[in-house]
Amino acid sequence: MSAGLRVEKAGGRRLPWGPMARMAGRRTLFAIPVLLVVTFGVFAVADASPFDPVKAYTGGAGLTASQENLDQIRANLGVDRPLADRWWSWLTSALTGDLGDSSSLRQPVADAIAERVGWSVLLATTAFLVAVVLGTTLGVLAARRRGGWLDRAAGSAAYTLEAAPAFWLGLLAIWFFSLELGVLPAGGLTDTGSDVVTAGQVATHLVLPAAVLGVTQLPWFFLFVRQGVGDALDEDPVRGARARGLSERRVLLGHALRSGMLPALTLVGSRVPELITGALLVETVFSWPGIAAATVDAALAADFPLLAALTVLATAAVLAGNLLSDLLYGLADPRVGFDG
Amino acid sequence: MPSRSIRSRRTLRGLAAVGTAGALTMGAAACSTPGNDSGGADAGTSAVVGIAYEPETLSPLLGYGKDGNSKIFDGLLALDERMQLKPALAAALPDISADGLTYTYKLRKGVTFSDGKPFGAKDVVFTYRTVLDEKTNNPSRSELEAVKDIRATGDDTVVFTLKYPYAPFAQRTVHPIVPAHIASGQDANTGPFTSKPIGTGPYTLADWSRGEKISFKANPTYWGGKPAVERFTMAIIKDDDVRATRLRAGDLDGAILPPNLAKGFAGDKGKKTHTAKTYDYRTVTLPTHHRVTGDTAVRRALDVAVDRQTMVDRILEGAGKPAYGPVPTDSEWFTRGTERAHDLDAAKKILDEAGWKPGKDGVREKDGVRAEFPLWYLSGDKLRQDHALAYASDAKKAGISIKTQAGTWEVIEPRMKQDAVLAGGGSPADPDFDQYLLLTSSLAGDGFNNMAWYDNKTVDKALRQARESGDKAVRKAAYDTVQRELVKNPGYTFLTHIDHLYVVNDEWTGLSTQVEPHDHGLANGPWWNVQDWKPKK
Repeated sequence: MSAGLRVEKAGGRRLPWGPMARMAGRRTLFAIPVLLVVTFGVFAVADASPFDPVKAYTGGAGLTASQENLDQIRANLGVDRPLADRWWSWLTSALTGDLGDSSSLRQPVADAIAERVGWSVLLATTAFLVAVVLGTTLGVLAARRRGGWLDRAAGSAAYTLEAAPAFWLGLLAIWFFSLELGVLPAGGLTDTGSDVVTAGQVATHLVLPAAVLGVTQLPWFFLFVRQGVGDALDEDPVRGARARGLSERRVLLGHALRSGMLPALTLVGSRVPELITGALLVETVFSWPGIAAATVDAALAADFPLLAALTVLATAAVLAGNLLSDLLYGLADPRVGFDG
Repeated sequence: MPSRSIRSRRTLRGLAAVGTAGALTMGAAACSTPGNDSGGADAGTSAVVGIAYEPETLSPLLGYGKDGNSKIFDGLLALDERMQLKPALAAALPDISADGLTYTYKLRKGVTFSDGKPFGAKDVVFTYRTVLDEKTNNPSRSELEAVKDIRATGDDTVVFTLKYPYAPFAQRTVHPIVPAHIASGQDANTGPFTSKPIGTGPYTLADWSRGEKISFKANPTYWGGKPAVERFTMAIIKDDDVRATRLRAGDLDGAILPPNLAKGFAGDKGKKTHTAKTYDYRTVTLPTHHRVTGDTAVRRALDVAVDRQTMVDRILEGAGKPAYGPVPTDSEWFTRGTERAHDLDAAKKILDEAGWKPGKDGVREKDGVRAEFPLWYLSGDKLRQDHALAYASDAKKAGISIKTQAGTWEVIEPRMKQDAVLAGGGSPADPDFDQYLLLTSSLAGDGFNNMAWYDNKTVDKALRQARESGDKAVRKAAYDTVQRELVKNPGYTFLTHIDHLYVVNDEWTGLSTQVEPHDHGLANGPWWNVQDWKPKK
């Protein structure tokens, strides 16, 4: 972990903007074929699914509708055309900024996303903060006394949580905190009787989903910090700091944590996919009105335009996360560089 | 005990609020749904009810509220508690020409939409024309297929011209009317009106959080007077147990519940159970194109082999009635004398006489064909599953082997021509609405209409006569013919009519239920007329 320390020492130097920008540019170019393949894949998978978009669109009324009426709606929705044709016309209009209309929400896709993305960001950010703060604290404490009771307890808890699916934790949390204790609302954004979104209402409704999503992200962060800080504690600079008579607290937080955190920080970006899949489950379980829950609904309703737009968004987030972690890694360890 | 838990809940919620307030400020500011102060939950002036189904849309142009009680909108006519038509946006019931082809409505004067703009004939014309436009994605358009033309004569009269005489047409004009000045300039399928509906109705939409709840606010300028229940929220809770739990916890003031869960509230003095009579039947389709179910003897045997009363007692826990046809036995349209008693010996006799002889394993055979067929039910639908299993077990006693199978509509639909399906249906407003689609031979296999491919010329003729004649006695005679034909050749085995149960806090007066259809969602239940509820003092 000496690489991390070198960066710290070089803290005052100018950042390598040029290579970083070139890397970002290369990655953006590389993203184009990825997005093409991903969007086509979404259309193909949705097309192959047994769910019929017209049946999903018409719901109960479809069971008494005439065949002619249903056929007309199929044509109006454009889902009677071949797969490649649908994908191409979606792509070309998406490039001009028109993401199409969501059939399940009966509104333009852009509006649907704009209404929801804020709530998803709020949930994901809160959950991530929970994971980072708790993970760091526990990781440092565990690393300080490796093999101690806290280390062993938190370690085994982390491995158990890593194996527990988010929806299962969510249902467990609802059962315990909402049904058994009755202290926190089970889902939604506001109480059932209130349709006004106040900060207090959202705060209470955010606790459970954010905690569950945070807890599912916690184990890896805890394990990385514990490992990083633990290794750093054995290294020369820490030994030197101790030899200089610095307080244990200063040694731990000022020296070991700073260098031990680096590998964990550089991996933050690569955790984006897991955060997204976690949000998919958590938003669904807690009826959180975000884009992840909308993705599930869109998939079930075979709502091609909405599903494609949301997948592009998720793919972009994953690619951006990878770019971020590579940039951070390049900064942290100059040997890696910005060639990827 | 309850009060203590509520207090501790508040404290903990308060603590939690402090904890997350920081992270919130940024996100909440960036998000939609602005609001004014949330008024305290004054007893009686706000109500929260739990329903099982969410409407796909709140735009009448796309099918919302087509059968009335849409809260946000009014139709020209409306149905009262006894299912009689009464004028709403029309000033009176329509004038119908002698040939039954022209319906003239005088409109109520002085009505405004909730945005303050006046309602007039152009709104009616716009609504019907848009629904009938094939570019509009309205799956219920065929319900108005009799309409040839609609036009306004003056600002307070609209005239419908029909393609053919259609006796129940006035029932269709409960269809909600949308404001032309708002909805006309935009895409009927995806425009902003679909999520921000505006109407003349007793309520305005406060918020629709999809999959979670729909909240309404009383319309202070409602032409029928401002409702006493000022805030009305419908929580969408698909799971029956969750709905019951939230009702018990006090989160809901009322909910629709299956009989076994409704029973749990029988001893609760603060709550009342309302039982709605319905046209909601469960039936087994006996496809004409299957060698066993297409045989009239098999159909008749099954019709008497099935023990309907036991299904009502065991599956519905008494909340329902045996069904002998699409018309429930307590309806004015029911044909007395068409009830069939459970008679296993009669069933065996019919099969014996028709040449269906018991084989080695007890399953009957005729000309090398075993008396067996598959019966599909919608997976996850416990009620249909129970009916299907009971039906199969009754049939087995008569020597007919039925293999029950669960599937989604995607799986079932392609098989409907050959395989039996446990289906549901029923529409109370007029017998034509359900029976014409269910039994007309030319609609066999048209979408989900006439799923059994029922083919009976006498029935076809009677159904046509009943929908065209404006004379109630002629119509009644025609529907009697249909019901008698269904005894002679039962292409469907009707099993039960199901009561719908609603448990509601006893805090209001004016609660009643209408006769309900198969699809009972937002528009049904004791809250069909929530605008007329008054808080109990």
